Parts: sequence; C-alpha cells; structure tokens
Amino acid sequence: MKLNYRIVIFALAIIFGVVFSAPSLLQTEGGKKITLGLDLQGGLHMLLGVKTDEAVASRIKSIAASIKHYAERNDILIDNLSFTNDSVSFEVLDSDEVPKFQEYLKEIEGVKLSLNGTVISLTLTPKEIEKTKKLAIDQAIETIRNRLDQFGLSEPVVARQGQEKILVQLAGIKSQEDEKRARELISRAAKLELMAVDEDRNARVYNMTPAEAAQYGDVILEDVKNTQIKYLVKEIPILDGGMLTNANVGFDQNNRPVINFKLNAEGAEIFGDFTGKNVGKRLAVVLDGKVYSAPNINERIGGGSGQISGNYTVLEAKDLAIALRSGALLAPIYLMEKRSVGPSLGADSIKASMEALIGGFVLVIIFMVFYYRMAGVIANVALVANLLILLAVMSLFGATLTLPGMAGIVLTVGMAVDANVIITERIRELIHEGKSMHKAIEEGYSNAMRAILDANITTLIASVVLYVYGTGAIKGFAITMSIGILASMLTAILGTHGIYEMLESKMAKSKNYKFWFGIKG
Amino acid sequence: MEFFKYSRTFDFMSKSKVAMIFSIVLVLASYAILAVKGLNYGVDFAGGTIVQVKYDKAAPINEMRAKLKNNKLFDGASISEFGSPQEVVIRMKTTTGNVTTDIGDVTREALQGTGNFEIRRVDIVGPKVGSELKEKGLVSLLLAIAGILVYVAFRFEWRFAVASIVALIHDVSIAMGAVALFAIDVNLDVLAAILTLLGYSLNDTIIVFDRIREGVTKSKSADLAEIINESITRTLARTTLTSLTTFFVVFTLFMFGGEIIHPFAFTLLVGIIVGTYSSIFVASPILLMFGFDVKKYHAKLAEKAKREAEKERMRAQFESGVM
Repeated sequence: MKLNYRIVIFALAIIFGVVFSAPSLLQTEGGKKITLGLDLQGGLHMLLGVKTDEAVASRIKSIAASIKHYAERNDILIDNLSFTNDSVSFEVLDSDEVPKFQEYLKEIEGVKLSLNGTVISLTLTPKEIEKTKKLAIDQAIETIRNRLDQFGLSEPVVARQGQEKILVQLAGIKSQEDEKRARELISRAAKLELMAVDEDRNARVYNMTPAEAAQYGDVILEDVKNTQIKYLVKEIPILDGGMLTNANVGFDQNNRPVINFKLNAEGAEIFGDFTGKNVGKRLAVVLDGKVYSAPNINERIGGGSGQISGNYTVLEAKDLAIALRSGALLAPIYLMEKRSVGPSLGADSIKASMEALIGGFVLVIIFMVFYYRMAGVIANVALVANLLILLAVMSLFGATLTLPGMAGIVLTVGMAVDANVIITERIRELIHEGKSMHKAIEEGYSNAMRAILDANITTLIASVVLYVYGTGAIKGFAITMSIGILASMLTAILGTHGIYEMLESKMAKSKNYKFWFGIKG
Repeated sequence: MEFFKYSRTFDFMSKSKVAMIFSIVLVLASYAILAVKGLNYGVDFAGGTIVQVKYDKAAPINEMRAKLKNNKLFDGASISEFGSPQEVVIRMKTTTGNVTTDIGDVTREALQGTGNFEIRRVDIVGPKVGSELKEKGLVSLLLAIAGILVYVAFRFEWRFAVASIVALIHDVSIAMGAVALFAIDVNLDVLAAILTLLGYSLNDTIIVFDRIREGVTKSKSADLAEIINESITRTLARTTLTSLTTFFVVFTLFMFGGEIIHPFAFTLLVGIIVGTYSSIFVASPILLMFGFDVKKYHAKLAEKAKREAEKERMRAQFESGVM
C-alpha cells in the first residue's frame, strides 16, 4: 500500500466532513450547525403586505392636525378644514392672516400650496406620496422587528422581500396560542390618539349617522369594553402616538394592569395647552380606533404623562406596551402568504424523512456490495464520505435543512453512486476485453470522466435554476442537491480512484476478479 | 454479479418504430388527460388555504362538515383524509388577509366539541403570491430547459441537443399526465420534482450520447444504427443500475417519507421510469431520424485533424527557420 495524492485529498475531505458535520450530528453545544427549516422544527412563515394608501391618508390627517394646532395657538380663526385622499384645504377667516399662515405652511415638506381667495389648499406631490409609501414599508419592517425582538423568540427573521413585501419567519413557536399572540403583536397598529370629545353634540351621538358626524368634523367611536357605548369625538386628534417616548405596564389603585406612557417635549406642550383650555371637558384616549377611556379634564396636565386603562390581562398589557414602545404602524399590514407548521408535525416529518433516508441508504449500500463486491464497498465508502461532506458544508454555511432538502439528500444517495456505477461498468468492460486490472482501472476512469462531468453539470444547471427561482423550502432542496452533486465529484471520482491506487499492489497480484469487481475474469 | 453481458449487442433500433408509436400514444394520452382533467393546482399556485388537523382518534369527518357549515368562511371547503384516519386536511379556495385572526384560529373555534384535536399546519397563499409563484415556476422550467439545451449543444452537436430536449419534453409530458391522472396536488414540490426529473432524465440520455459520440469517433462503421445499438448495449448496465438505486431511494421516500412528501416522490417515481425508457427508446432513435451522418462527421473530424497537422507542420517549419 502506498499513499498517493488522491487518497490524501480524499482523507482530508473525510476529516473535514467528520469535523464539521459533528456539531450537527451530535448536537453539541458549540460549533456551527445546520438550522432546521420551519417545516421541520415547526414555526410561522408569513409574507405581509402593507396598505400604503392608508399611510398617505394618515399623513394628510397629521398635516390637518398640525394646521389646526397652529391656528389655535396663534389665535387665527379658520373654518371648513377638510381633507381628501391627498390634500387638505381650509379657509382663513381673516384675510390679513393669510400670508403669516402661508409662511408657516412652507415649512411642511412635500406639499404644493395653492391659494384661492382665503381658501388655502395643500396637495401632496406625487414624489411625496411615493416617499410616504416607501417610508411606511420601511417603518413597518423596523417596527415589526423591534416588536419581535422584545417578544422573546430566538432569532426572528424580518426582512424585505421584493419591493413591498415583508417576510416574517418565527421558529420555535410552541403552541397556537403563542402563534396568535405573535401575530397580534405584529399586526397591531398600536396607534394611540388623544382626541377631544365633542361635548356640544355628544348627547346626540346615539341618533347620529357617521355622515352627519362628518359634517361637524367629528367621528363616532365605540368603547373598547362595551361596544354599545359610543363617543362623538373630533376627527382630527390632539396628538398621536408618534410623540410617545415610553410605555410601560403599571397597576392602578385596584391593582389592575394599566399602561403608563410618556410624551416627548412637543407632545407634552400640546397636551398641556389643550388640557389647560378645555377644563371640564372630556378627553378620549383612543387606541386603534377604540375608546379606552374618556376622563374629565380637571385641570391643566403638564409633564406629558398619561395612562391607558383597559380590561386586559398582564400579558396583554405587556404586549400592548411593547407595541406602543416600538411605535405605531404607519399603515395596516395584511397577510399575503402564511405557512405555519406545528412542532409535532415537524417532528413527524423529520422522523419520516429520516426513515426514508436510512431505508434508501441501506438498500443502496447492500445492493452495491452484492453487485460489485469490493468495488461496491469502495463506492459505499465514497457514499458515506459524500453524506458527511454534504452535512459539513451545510453546517459550515449555516444552511437551512427543509423537508424538500431532506428529499434532496435522499436523492443524492441514489444518484451519488451513479459515478461509481459508470466507472465500475467501464472497468468491467475493459477487463472483459482482456486488459490488466491496473490498465482497466486507469482507462476506466479516464473513459468515464467525460460522461460523468456532462451528466452532473446538467443536473447542476437544473439545481441552480431551482435555487434562483425557488422559494423557501424548495431552495433547501436545490442547496442539498447542488452540494451533493459537487461532493460526489470529489468522493466518487477522486476518492475511489485514490483507494484503487492504494490497493494497486494487492490487486496486481490477485487475479480474483470476482472479489474485486464481482465478475468472472 | 452481472445482469448484462457484453457478448451480444441488442438491436434496439429495429424496435424503435414500435417504441416511437408507444411514446407518441403515451404523450398524446397525457395531453388528453391534461386537457380534460387538467392539473390539480394546489394552494402554492392557485392560492387558497389548507388547514391540517390531527385528532387523537379517527377524525369525525361528517361532524366536522356539519360544524364548518355554520361559518360562511368555509363555503366550498373540502375535507379529506390525509395519510391516516386521524388526520384530515380542509382545503379552501378562499384566503383571509387578516393577520390577527386567521383561518387557523377560526377553524379551531369552529371545530370545538368535535373531540381532541390539534391544528398542525395552516397554509394560506393569497392570489397575488400564487400567481407570482406560478409565473416564477414556469420561468424556471423554461430556463432550466434552455440552459441544458445550450450546454448539450455546446458539448455535443445540435442534433444531440434537440434529440435530448425532445426526450425531456416526452418525459415531462408523461410525468405531468400521470400527475393529472391521479389528481396529485401540484405545488412547489411537484415543480421541484419536475426540474429534478429534467436533470435526471438528461443525465441518462447524456451517458448514452457520450457513448454514441465515442462510438462515432472510434468506429470504422458508418452505420449509425449499429453504433447506437452498440452504445446502448454497453451502457445498459449502468442505465439500469443507476435507475435502480435511484428508484430504491425514491420508492422508500414514497413509502416512508410521509404524506407531505408524497406528490414529490410520486412525480419522481414516474419520471425515473419514463426517463430511463426515453434515454434508450426516444432520444437515440430521434438522433437516427435527424440523419446524423457518421461519414460526414468522420470527414469533419478528419478535416479538423488535417488542419491541426498542417498547423503543426507550419509551426515546425517556422521554428526551424525554413520559411
């Protein structure tokens, strides 16, 4: 027996395979491991869309709110403040004030100002609308990521997919309740608004249609606990959650969980001004379009802190506080695609595909030895090395193993012996032609090489296309197939050749073709 | 052990007419099935919803139907057993866009009182995503075929490329026909199986073609049919054995891999059988039909060799300074 470069490379490859596949196979503490896909370990995969039109609408609403606040602060009387999908218009009652107002409005970015007598209208420019939509998506990704980071799952994936889709992947969700909680946290708008109750008309709220309310610039909102209770509030909020700096769970005097929030300086000022001017009236604390409370204003409230009380559990309050802290979603999100797999199904899938893998593997191994004898054993060594290298490469890159990926590995087992079948058949043919064993091996390898390369490259082309165009779990299939094919080139061609070279002296002496190649010489 | 001896050359090409008729009938039958029955697109491509429910005893399907009827969301839902009597899937064409309360929650609510169950899988694919996946799938299929065509044309000759593509189309058509016939749900995994089948079937064809190419270069005979017969015979052991080992593993996958992997394994199983057959009885006869001219090829090779020799001679002359 003597060493040759082929066997050295092969041995190094096997060592590489053993060392780097060990963490995954033995599930050791450290080391890089293969990640199981959501379909194997259970988890939630969602593709979310963002209703960007509503982000534009809320931008308009906030412009309207700031106009109103400016007018009140500077004692300018305005009327007919109204808005459409992309514009706001209002009338300044005293025409002398128009230039001053215009000066202020110039500070608002991305709007086109137009003046018709004393009626000022502001329209969002198309560029600004685009920007707002893009911002809504960016902000949604950021917000969802922030919320999930605080939720306590390990390594949540939140990523942009394509132009305007958001990919969310949560592994290791244990139960449907957890999943629902996560979904609620993600999708919660968490839009906090402090709104003024329209005390002049609130008494008539139960007989009022939404259209009638709109005439007064009001909206009808329901109470969160009892939907029978309704409030008539000014449509344009005093301030919103954008001015929130912090939110935490606390407890009220009855030891029920509440959420304490704090406003930034600007918010605190607006809040102080409003409460100072509206003593005796009510202030509605509105979250996601529902009135949580509507306390009386007893005095000017400075300092900018407030409280949201509701009928929630501690856990709900905690999630709500996370949502408020992470900021509101500028636009609502909706579900485009969802795949959720329970942990028990994932475990079943692993078990089933492992059984198939082992079953197929054993069948192939037995068949190869039975049919090719020693050549079969050598091919089997290559096959085992192939699997180890496949797992090692996947571990090293932290690749994700999915159920189709498992199928890819099973398929690799069937196809990896192909190269050895081709080579051994060639060798047998040459022996039949009367060539010596050494010559038959050398020529067999060189004759088979071209066919093996061509055949593997075409399969590789299909796998690469699958990887580029495949999504999710299918990508996993393409990965295992591609690595398996590449590894088989190393093990089945180079590795087995090295083994034959090493055994050359033994083979040269022996005339036992049956032992070596399973044929009569 | 040896299944195939090389002492005798089988005359495959004389049977190629019968095989051609058989193939044409199979392909036409597949198209007929595809036209009449159509592919049974699953949620990945058609969009829709799948809820997989597992009970701790046999699933009370009738009771479930009755319960689901009460909710409009489940209009048109179909319930069927999935792998075992305990497990069922509810399929719907509709989807819900609500993130907070999705169809899984609704189903759990609706099935209260039908026994102990667990919702193990919820797949919702909105129509937009579905059509995107369909489009991507089609593009990937075409790209794979184009890529393979270019490679084979580059490595062999255009007639080889066309013959292998015809064989590929043959295989894919029949595999899809079988998928339609057995009303297998066509999802992304079936597409993956079809793409794998492309690579696999071509693999087989290339091994045979490589031998033919070798035979054409080496053989003194100008009879292509004879060369093809010889080449197929010589690769027969390999073709059969590799198909066998691959068949083994795909079959175990089909038997033990679980219900979810079934469509994938089924498609491949059909594909392996058809692919093996086609590399012998479809691809090679087409090569023959195209009238690949061995003499011309020989002449071309000779010409090439002569040019090389001429170049070599000129170089030698140049180097020795004669010119």
